[in-house]
Amino acid sequence: MEALIAAVIAVMTSCGVYLMLRARTFTVILGITLLSYAVNIFIFVMGRLVSTNPAVIGSGEAYPDPVPQALVLTAIVIGFAMTAFLLVLSLRARAELGNDHVDGRGEGSSS
Amino acid sequence: MNHWIIIPILLPLLTALTLLIGARMGMRRARVVSLTSLVLLLGVELYLLQLVASDTITLYALGNWPPPFGIVLQLDRLAALMLAMTGVLALFCTAYAACDRDGPGDSLHPLIHFLMLGLNGAFLTGDLFNLFVFFEVLLLASYALLLHGDGPRRAKAGLHYVVLNLAGSALFLIAVSLLYGVTGTLNMADMGARVAALDPADRPLAHTGGLLLFVVFGLKAAIAPLYFWLPGAYAAAVGPVAALFAVMTKVGIYSIVRVYGLAFSEGGAGFAEFFNPWLWPLAIVTLGLGVAGTLAARGLRQQIAYLVIVSVGTLLLGIAMNSVASLAALLYYLVHSTWICAVLFLLADVLLQQRGTVADTIAGGPRLLQGTSLGILFFIAAASVVGMPPTSGFVGKVGLMQAAASPQQVMWVWPALLLSGLFTITALSRSGSTFFWRTEGEATGEGRANAGALTAIGGLLALSIVLSFAGGWVLPYMEATAVQLADPEAYRQAASAYQPIRGNSP
Repeated sequence: MEALIAAVIAVMTSCGVYLMLRARTFTVILGITLLSYAVNIFIFVMGRLVSTNPAVIGSGEAYPDPVPQALVLTAIVIGFAMTAFLLVLSLRARAELGNDHVDGRGEGSSS
Repeated sequence: MNHWIIIPILLPLLTALTLLIGARMGMRRARVVSLTSLVLLLGVELYLLQLVASDTITLYALGNWPPPFGIVLQLDRLAALMLAMTGVLALFCTAYAACDRDGPGDSLHPLIHFLMLGLNGAFLTGDLFNLFVFFEVLLLASYALLLHGDGPRRAKAGLHYVVLNLAGSALFLIAVSLLYGVTGTLNMADMGARVAALDPADRPLAHTGGLLLFVVFGLKAAIAPLYFWLPGAYAAAVGPVAALFAVMTKVGIYSIVRVYGLAFSEGGAGFAEFFNPWLWPLAIVTLGLGVAGTLAARGLRQQIAYLVIVSVGTLLLGIAMNSVASLAALLYYLVHSTWICAVLFLLADVLLQQRGTVADTIAGGPRLLQGTSLGILFFIAAASVVGMPPTSGFVGKVGLMQAAASPQQVMWVWPALLLSGLFTITALSRSGSTFFWRTEGEATGEGRANAGALTAIGGLLALSIVLSFAGGWVLPYMEATAVQLADPEAYRQAASAYQPIRGNSP
């Protein structure tokens, strides 16, 4: 299971980084979103992967580490807010610059 | 438990909320509320400064959970110093903004207080994950502050700034969770002990986490090669905001000092050996590129933004020297450079409004309305940022030079600091003489700075001169701070001696 999760994180991170390096704001936002998903899974995995322990304390011999779950929750909330802000900002940049290039260049230049 | 410790976080939060809820109270009342709150905040911070003078490390456990499991605020000399420095800066910047320079719109004052919330939290927290959370708070406020006002240039610079910092936040989260996964703690003092006792097989993971954190802090502090966002962003922001942002890069430097001092203390199991040698070239390159930028800049605000990068390079040299003396000199220089860069940004804001269409381009323009007073202020500020006696810049640079212990360090530090001083003198005399002497025609008649705005600029400038003459009191404090930081064991003892409150159970 470790290898599978690691591969998933790796693929998502690389896709996220690739999209973030594109020249249009929409793909950049998609890239950041993918990257934050990869980061969230990474945080979760740092509490070690176990499948038999119950999540509720006291209902079994052992229980999974609750701290990464709290951390990932915080990270999700913050990431969500930041993505929303970035969306609004890129819409405003689109309106003010007249195009969706990250450097505000027109259609003629390479993307 | 001393509840005053949490006031620097709560007061800005409540003020910002008051200003948001009472958005209809009108500009005049909003300014009064904002300034009153900042004066009160500064009062509390001065009290905290006096509280730490006895070398105690005071913890404040949120939710009454004892460290290292609960989240703690940690008040030591460094935290109190950073709080007071930021409080002074914010007070003067807001006072300047309150002189009719806080438009357009009414959102500047609440945003300043949200920024203060994030900054104060980041300085006080003793927990690595909470450092991330407060970073996000201050960044979110800074995104909105940067976009304050309007114009396509600001939208573009803002977009770059936001995307870069979001990528930085992702790295921060990876680093923090990696360190948690290896050490099983988030409390920085506790992490230091656990990293030192780590199994050799797990050390590379902890070191990876430490280096990833350095990338994040380097991005915030604008260390080469991660500084390209800074000149564009700072030159696009409105005057008071750019001045307030002078502290943002210093947050990165603070985090480097704090995290590597606590979480990778005692060498961090071999971390310091391969980390410290890299700091030297990074510091020199940052300094060199910053100086090149000040020489090449076309606008005054851009030039000052590069001066911020020069100060970051200088501070990084102080970290690279890695001794108690260099840390003390670094802290002094940090306070000086924050205040003086803010003064320059505020001056640039006044200048560009009096020059009509030429704005802050370094080229001949119309005569200035208040050429004499502005010229005197600019001259003193420029002398201080370059490091001429008797200003605080001189004391800071001499301190850093004296801290160079070995001949190799002298070989790197002295030429770097002296040459950067020479080149910034050249750059600033070029822009100063162009702005004040190469003038033609009549003044535009617009943008007269009123007495309040000039007092705010002059006051902050005077404080930085006071910093130099009060060196006899300030420098011993900095030295005691450096000594305290060099002893991470004291932080762990403060944590283990902590007693949760035992109240009456309901």
